[in-house]
Amino acid sequence: MTVKELKDIAAKNADLIKVRQIVREQAEKLAVNTGYRKQVLVCGGTGCTSSHSLQVIEQLEKSFKELGIDDVLIVKTGCFGLCALGPIMIVYPEGAFYSQMTPEHAKTVAEKHLVKGGSIVKELLYEGTVHEDGSVIPFAEIPFYKHQLRIALRNCGVIAAESIEEAIAAGDYSALAKVLFEMSPDEVISELKAAGLRGRGGAGFPTGLKWQFTREAKGDIKYVCCNADEGDPGAFMDRSVLEGDPHCVLEAMAIAGYTVGAQEGYIYVRAEYPIAVERLNIAIEQARKYGLLGKNILGSGFDFDVHVRLGAGAFVCGEETALMASIEGHRGEPRPRPPFSAQCGVFRKPTVLNNVETWANVAPIILKGSEWFSEIGTEKSKGTKVFALGGKIHNVGLVEVPMGTTLKTIVYDIGGGIPGGKAFKAAQTGGPSGGCIPAKYIDIEMDFDNLVKIGSMMGSGGLIVMDEDTCMVDIAKFYLEFTADESCGKCTPCRIGTKRLLETLDKICEGKGEPEDLEKIREIAEHMKSSSLCALGQSAPNPILSTMEHFGDEYKAHIYEKKCPAGVCKSLLNYYIEPDKCRGCTLCARNCPANAISGVVKSVHDIDTSKCIKCGQCIAHCKFNAIVKK
Amino acid sequence: MSQNLFEGTAEQMSALMVCINAHRNEKGALMPVLQEAQNIYGYLPAEVQTVIAEELGVSLAEVYGVATFYSQFTLTPKGKHKISICLGTACYVKGSDKILEAVEHELRISCGNCTPDKKFSIDSCRCVGACGLAPVMIIDGEVYGRLSPADVKGILDKYIQD
Repeated sequence: MTVKELKDIAAKNADLIKVRQIVREQAEKLAVNTGYRKQVLVCGGTGCTSSHSLQVIEQLEKSFKELGIDDVLIVKTGCFGLCALGPIMIVYPEGAFYSQMTPEHAKTVAEKHLVKGGSIVKELLYEGTVHEDGSVIPFAEIPFYKHQLRIALRNCGVIAAESIEEAIAAGDYSALAKVLFEMSPDEVISELKAAGLRGRGGAGFPTGLKWQFTREAKGDIKYVCCNADEGDPGAFMDRSVLEGDPHCVLEAMAIAGYTVGAQEGYIYVRAEYPIAVERLNIAIEQARKYGLLGKNILGSGFDFDVHVRLGAGAFVCGEETALMASIEGHRGEPRPRPPFSAQCGVFRKPTVLNNVETWANVAPIILKGSEWFSEIGTEKSKGTKVFALGGKIHNVGLVEVPMGTTLKTIVYDIGGGIPGGKAFKAAQTGGPSGGCIPAKYIDIEMDFDNLVKIGSMMGSGGLIVMDEDTCMVDIAKFYLEFTADESCGKCTPCRIGTKRLLETLDKICEGKGEPEDLEKIREIAEHMKSSSLCALGQSAPNPILSTMEHFGDEYKAHIYEKKCPAGVCKSLLNYYIEPDKCRGCTLCARNCPANAISGVVKSVHDIDTSKCIKCGQCIAHCKFNAIVKK
Repeated sequence: MSQNLFEGTAEQMSALMVCINAHRNEKGALMPVLQEAQNIYGYLPAEVQTVIAEELGVSLAEVYGVATFYSQFTLTPKGKHKISICLGTACYVKGSDKILEAVEHELRISCGNCTPDKKFSIDSCRCVGACGLAPVMIIDGEVYGRLSPADVKGILDKYIQD
């Protein structure tokens, strides 16, 4: 393929994509050019397919056949971001936002909206897009999207996830063409440095500098690696990029290959992401077929190809030296640095490694320039960050906002606040390496440095919201269980430190905590931070230290009063039936596995706390909220 | 290693050899070979590890070291229906530990084990990325979301009856 052929494909499919990106009136005019009266975009990301979006597509195809509809295009896309409302379906040119679709709903929409002369089925739209006066707004104008700025996720939910033609039409590979024919490797590096792009995987290392070190390293063979081992539980932005726009990662890796002098790349991806792996493999095949990977790319003389390696469920493999050991087929254990991977990486060759979201930022910087990019964000954190919003929040999903956006904007304006009228207690960022941001810092401007200042970190961008029902000691214990389980065991501070910390937290949660435990935790944490081999051990104490700092009262309540204020830690609670609420329906007694509940029909029941195993079955079954933990 | 009696078929062995031959000259071939071997056999019995070690020219200790390092490799067979409960953070704060307890209670085995009739095995996993549906449970690839402990019995019944 030549650059001209690349541009032809882009031009040919451009209107198809534009219909999905511009305002309704213009889109309606433009749609005429595409040959399709309407386009139906259905999310084919992991979240929506888990709630059966593929069946929605099947039903649409079936209905189209029955109704003789042949001028409406069905597009299976990547993630739209608003996973809480899945399966999501958008109809263009109107931008009509159908949420929580079922095959039956799809049938209705096909019959009433997608047929010639049809109109939007308002009852099935996401309620946030229908005004009281009955007018409908396009999905891009709802608060969830209005506050976002999508750079890394620019094509997710816009293009067909398995179509290289649509990816090219949306701009993929044009940055590669520009780099190969118009820029020197040094110019690429200065552009990235001027843009101020920092690694999105957690540490925030300047990407341009990383590439420069690898470029300057001596060696004939060099490698480019992509870290798609997104291990932070609750973070799924890398997966969404791979599912929605895999070509942008391949393109950026090829750009890096040209820049540092590498001809081969590896993508290390979690095996838990079957859809991402499949789309990645499809994308690689397509790119090879089109001559965008392989020998003599775009006739430039530059060769580059990419291999996929699957992880096998080891969190530590997100650490760069462990990841490289795993690519080589060994146990994924980290090693001391130096030597750094820029000099001695995969197969002991100079290697540049970036995570998926970082790769996704490369092409826009090349195309739009460092000046454009560096105007977004804060002084030291440029561009945007994708957060995976989860936990006790309405709009669970992926959001991409300029660096420096306040936590308040993310939680309330974009996230829609906390369900059930509960109070915001904390937001956890940085996963098992990060910490909790308490309510008093809700106005914090989220960027790399501010988060570190208050004892948390950006990490890969998991943002789990917790309400008043969450026990912070229990959350710290949850993370320590994770790191103790995932510690590879190679270095002593991490192997033994995580274990001892977990034992101490277990003790506190069981009501056996002693005042000196807090001091012990601090001491172990200090040792782990200063002497662990890799970031896993160095940062494993963060969840405890940050909760101890911001929620010290809860630790004290567990230790001195033997109470769990949030009502979570089982050993510190008993279950009771409130007599005025109990109707004597017997449902709790019949479902109690320990036969701990006594009482006859239509009379108040009672729980024998000595027999109760605190399994929560009674609460789950009670229809009158008559059972309390205290 | 494994206490289970190993019963491999000739078809499985030839599939394993095809996979080994495809990766034989590749750098870092051990992981992809183990992954495919587990797909073929459902687990990695000592006998299979020995074949892989001999064929790839690495020590059995190396193979065993890798097979036991990664949580996705298993040295014991799994149940006919594989149940996986997400204990990722988003699911955990929405009570997935209670879902796990309910499943354990219902099947009378603990997480990581297989029922005596080999019908079910329970494992926990860390985030499948369906956080919008939290808490989630996956049975044989089918995702069940927005669960409460009371939903568990009804879902398992479908599999018990089949």
